[in-house]
Amino acid sequence: MFIILILYLVLAFALFLIPTKLSKFNSLLIALFHLCLFTFFMTHLPDVTAGKSIDISYQWIPQLGLNLVLKLDGLSIVFVLLITFIGFLVFIYANTYMKSYTGTTKFFFYLTLFSGAMLGLVLSADFIQLFMFWELTSVLSFLLISYFNENEQARKAAFQSLFVTGFGGLCLFVAIILIGSIVDSYSLTDWMEKAHIIKEDSRYLPALILVLIGIFTKSAQFPFHFWLLGAMQAPTPVSAFLHSATMVKAGIFLLARLYPVLGGTPEWTQIVPLFGALTMLTGSYLAITQIDIKLILAYTTISALGVLVLLLGMDTKQSVKAAMVFLFVHAFYKSALFMLAGFITKQTGTRSVDKIGGLIQSSPMSFVIAMIALFSMAGLPPMLGFIGKELIYEAKFDSPWLSTVLLIIGVTSNIFMVTIAFLFLFEVFLGKAKGGTKKPPGLYKYLLISPGILALLSLGFGLFPDLLTQLVGPALNIIRSDDVQIKLKLWHGLNQVFFLSVFTVIAGISLFIIIYRHQQIIKVWQRVNNRLFSINFTKVFSTGLDKFIAFSRKNTHLIQHGYNRYYIITIIAFTSILLVFQLYFTRGWEIESAFTLQPFYISGLVFIIMLSVLMSVLSKNSLFTIVAMAVTGYGISLIYLYYSAVDLAITQIIIETLMVVMFVLLLRRLPKFVKLSSRNTKIRDALIALGFGLIMTVLALKAIHVDFNPSISDYFVQNSALKAYGKNVVNVILVDFRALDTLGEITVLSIAALGVFTLLNVKKTKK
Amino acid sequence: MEILLSALTGLLYAGGVYLILRRSILKFIIGIIFMSNATNLLVFLSAGIVPGQPAFVDDTMKDAELMADPLPQALVLTAIVIGFGIVVFTIALKYKFFKTTSTDDQDQLTNTDA
Repeated sequence: MFIILILYLVLAFALFLIPTKLSKFNSLLIALFHLCLFTFFMTHLPDVTAGKSIDISYQWIPQLGLNLVLKLDGLSIVFVLLITFIGFLVFIYANTYMKSYTGTTKFFFYLTLFSGAMLGLVLSADFIQLFMFWELTSVLSFLLISYFNENEQARKAAFQSLFVTGFGGLCLFVAIILIGSIVDSYSLTDWMEKAHIIKEDSRYLPALILVLIGIFTKSAQFPFHFWLLGAMQAPTPVSAFLHSATMVKAGIFLLARLYPVLGGTPEWTQIVPLFGALTMLTGSYLAITQIDIKLILAYTTISALGVLVLLLGMDTKQSVKAAMVFLFVHAFYKSALFMLAGFITKQTGTRSVDKIGGLIQSSPMSFVIAMIALFSMAGLPPMLGFIGKELIYEAKFDSPWLSTVLLIIGVTSNIFMVTIAFLFLFEVFLGKAKGGTKKPPGLYKYLLISPGILALLSLGFGLFPDLLTQLVGPALNIIRSDDVQIKLKLWHGLNQVFFLSVFTVIAGISLFIIIYRHQQIIKVWQRVNNRLFSINFTKVFSTGLDKFIAFSRKNTHLIQHGYNRYYIITIIAFTSILLVFQLYFTRGWEIESAFTLQPFYISGLVFIIMLSVLMSVLSKNSLFTIVAMAVTGYGISLIYLYYSAVDLAITQIIIETLMVVMFVLLLRRLPKFVKLSSRNTKIRDALIALGFGLIMTVLALKAIHVDFNPSISDYFVQNSALKAYGKNVVNVILVDFRALDTLGEITVLSIAALGVFTLLNVKKTKK
Repeated sequence: MEILLSALTGLLYAGGVYLILRRSILKFIIGIIFMSNATNLLVFLSAGIVPGQPAFVDDTMKDAELMADPLPQALVLTAIVIGFGIVVFTIALKYKFFKTTSTDDQDQLTNTDA
């Protein structure tokens, strides 16, 4: 299975090598690849159905406990088959869809990589590895949303989605590390074995909340749902693949994967359904008043994701079963609808419902497909959606917690779904044709192949639901880790669930008739909605971000102001404080040396140096400053001379002389000192300088009693004459014992000389 | 004498810091020189000062206790030379800077392109 992931990578990069003439078959090639994969995984289905799981692991960094582990079990195979199959259809679809755009190789490159990353994600059985694939899908989603990158809205939407999912990804990462620190492993098997330890640990709740933030951002749950609306800026194949069938389901997958590890606790059954129900209702309610067909589908996707989260959170056998079935239901009808939306847009040149109508005349085929898909969405028999909805109702009846409330919310949301389905069907396909829709689809008829297949599946699985049992059963066993017998059927008999369904359909259709008859209602409704839900999440997000950036900029300006001397003041002040603490805590304040002026010629010399320092600092004449500086330097060299440092004295004298010569040469070309600083600044600087000087004095006094490691000096002294045949130990150290250091020093000097040479030469060539 | 020399070191540091905080670049360079002198003195002092006993040896005399410690001297010698390199380079830079901008004021340096 590793080979498959590597093949994805190779294939993605190979796209760039395909000659331009053949590049129009790129998409079909990848579609074929997906079909092969689908068949390959199908051959493993019997094994997996029998309860086996195929594990492949590879040691990556065993020292850190990081391994690459792939696991094909009942749960992952469901997602793997969905990804490869829908991938197959999407690539066929994209072949026609993307024809009119340039840079399609890049597009298919991203989409192929995404497909591989998604496959890696659902196959991962190690959570660090899972996280990496998780992030990869976020990044690729960003790149795909911003595919039309000359469009500013697309760029903004892409950034927004990356920001939200990236934030969620970080939360997830922290959660993984938290749980990893409880069980000391990142492998799924260990986590499942030690699930009871994890649930009892105090880190459980924070980890759960962080995991849920990760899942909710990825699966567009309220209040993170807004990025999915922006993501509709992406080309339609991307919406059909990433933002309805696969990437947004990654959160659902993780929720199901972690169910045996984190699920079943009161926290889980309270938090998860709450957000699921909220999302379900918001999505379906807001979908009704949308005009943009892709946005309608986006809102219903959000609603469907809410349903999935709700079901997985409810923690009953029924609900998990319903979730797994609904996963297929939704993937089939929503991808089909997105692809149809792409077809409609290509055909009519608009995405606005108001401007589309009577498509049935120009393309009856698309009407049939749309009808099947929309009926599945509405949950009408004999579609698969009907079975899904029945199961959901059943699950809600059995729910131990707040079943009435959930039922009401669920039924309301489904009524809206029915209304939306009919509205969509009637507004777009029936009624009067508005604008240039008469012409037959032409080349675009190929766009109907993939949604057609999906619609057929919606119908086929609805009529023969037993086929799905094979797929759903093993997944259930993995999630619930007990044997769940499932039997799917279209006809459940006359029970309360059936009556509820009938009620839903009748209410939905009546609502539709009211809206359709009186078009102004929807306008009023839109206005009311705009008033009621005036919080525009996208706007809140972007203003929040702008404010944050402005805040950081202000702070940065405060610290990074660009004034060299304030940086220096900061450094000096901070160093002073550190030194005071260090001296105080480690050495104390007592001074061990006695004060003496003997020998007097040295103390006299010291006083002269001090005077010249003051002179140099305070003088307003630059020549005096330099002369005073020279006096200081020569004075110091005399001190060296007296205290047995002959070589130092010689060096200091030579260098001081050179420096004075240079300064004087330079001085002729420089202006006189001008008064630049105010009195207050000078006083402030003087205080800082004196404070620092005082601390350095104390440090110097303390430093006298710090012993350098004597054995080094002793070694030099004892071996200087014996081994290096030199009598001046300092010289021997420099040119013999530490000759390489001296070489480094010479190098520094050469580089400085080279720098000076270059600096002075540039001027000449410029003139 | 240690106290007096330490005070001198402190004063050199104070003068160096004060000059470094000036807007004039010439003063800034002199500040660097003072600080490097001060640091040299600090290292030199830290080994303890011994008058009139340079670290000269011949085959007979091997008592390291009586002599000045050669190690800090070697370190300081390197530091003096490197400090000189830095100062020369800064002066050249300063010269070039003045030629290009005709000012000695750091605060006039607001552009990256002259």
